[in-house]
Amino acid sequence: MIESEAFVQALEDIGFDFFTGVPDVLLAGVIETLLTRRLYTPAVREDEAVAMAAGAYLGGRVPAVLMSNAGLGTSLNTLLSLNLLYRHPCLLIVAWRGFEGHDAPEHRSMGQVMTPLLDTVRIPHRTLSDATALDDFNWVAQTFMKTRIPVALLLKPGVVRGIQP
Amino acid sequence: MRPEEGTMQSRARAIQALLELIPGDVPVIICNGFPSREAFKLVDRPTHFYMMGSMGMAAAIGLGVALAKPAKKVVVLDGDGNVLMGLGTLGTVGALKPKNFIHVVLDNEVYGSSGNQPSYARVVRLDQVAKAAGYAHVERVREREDLVYEFKDLLGKDGPGFLLVKVSEQAEDVGWVSLEPSQITQRFRKAIE
Ligand SMILES: Cc1ncc(C[n+]2csc(CCOP(=O)(O)OP(=O)(O)O)c2C)c(N)n1
Ligand SMILES: [Mg+2]
Repeated sequence: MIESEAFVQALEDIGFDFFTGVPDVLLAGVIETLLTRRLYTPAVREDEAVAMAAGAYLGGRVPAVLMSNAGLGTSLNTLLSLNLLYRHPCLLIVAWRGFEGHDAPEHRSMGQVMTPLLDTVRIPHRTLSDATALDDFNWVAQTFMKTRIPVALLLKPGVVRGIQP
Repeated sequence: MRPEEGTMQSRARAIQALLELIPGDVPVIICNGFPSREAFKLVDRPTHFYMMGSMGMAAAIGLGVALAKPAKKVVVLDGDGNVLMGLGTLGTVGALKPKNFIHVVLDNEVYGSSGNQPSYARVVRLDQVAKAAGYAHVERVREREDLVYEFKDLLGKDGPGFLLVKVSEQAEDVGWVSLEPSQITQRFRKAIE
């Protein structure tokens, strides 16, 4: 299990300096760490968070957005018609609720279609794991800078320490 | 058409008055539809961010810029339909209270860009919503002289400020914003560096 402190430090080392989002229980530890470090600006909807991150990028910052995959649905239009269109990069840290169906019923559909959905809208994604964490973070750093579009790092339950659902 | 419609200034007239008062180094985020297209036709500056899609998100983009650039004033030119769609952002702004954030709403009480369908701004007092949300200064104007006076006042004050400008439904004959979106990003970032 990756500690939230180490997770946040890795992102800060890459250069991320603006964090916003809407909580998910899988992200509770990370958000707590970000709040302690005074790095996190809460949003009220995920599309708002994505748009705030785009604004922060326009102002010279390197943004990351935390959300559950339910929030991916909420922010789809903004990702397509703002970030992808105008080339505003941001890291999407997405909690994979409904992973392999072991979750509350409301997460079932998005849990199943999330990765094909990201493929369809051409948002590069990678699923974080303890064993490949270093590679995963390198991938984030490189893809983010190169493509100037959103890239998604998917967090399955039990990979980063937090409260488990 | 509203009874007072005939005597009101148009959205383009209001935008023109605002752009004349906004210093050239101040970032301006303009909502999608006619507001962006009319502003682009009136004056194009690299400090303008013309939002084409992401309806409802102009204030959130402006808020991100304001948080990243706390020493610069940031102006958002929004529409009533846009504000109603992204209403939660009034809460985010009211809670974070960025001093450098000015939110102007060009309120024609319709979804003008999609054919003048009535919006709930007819009955929902967006200025009162902004006040309740925690904006530091909230004004509502109709006449051009009042618009000029209140906007100048907001430019000189610590925000967040909110200015509701009642405008007519009239739209100018304007084309699309003929800039490549990625180019809008690049020149905007450079202009406000
Ligand atoms: C998510 C989304 N829904 C609907 C539209 C279509 N649309 C574009 S502009 C607009 C109206 C905007 O109204 P308002 O903010 O009041 O500005 P106005 O045109 O009246 O000046 C609508 C409905 C869209 N572009 N995106
Ligand atoms: Mg309108």
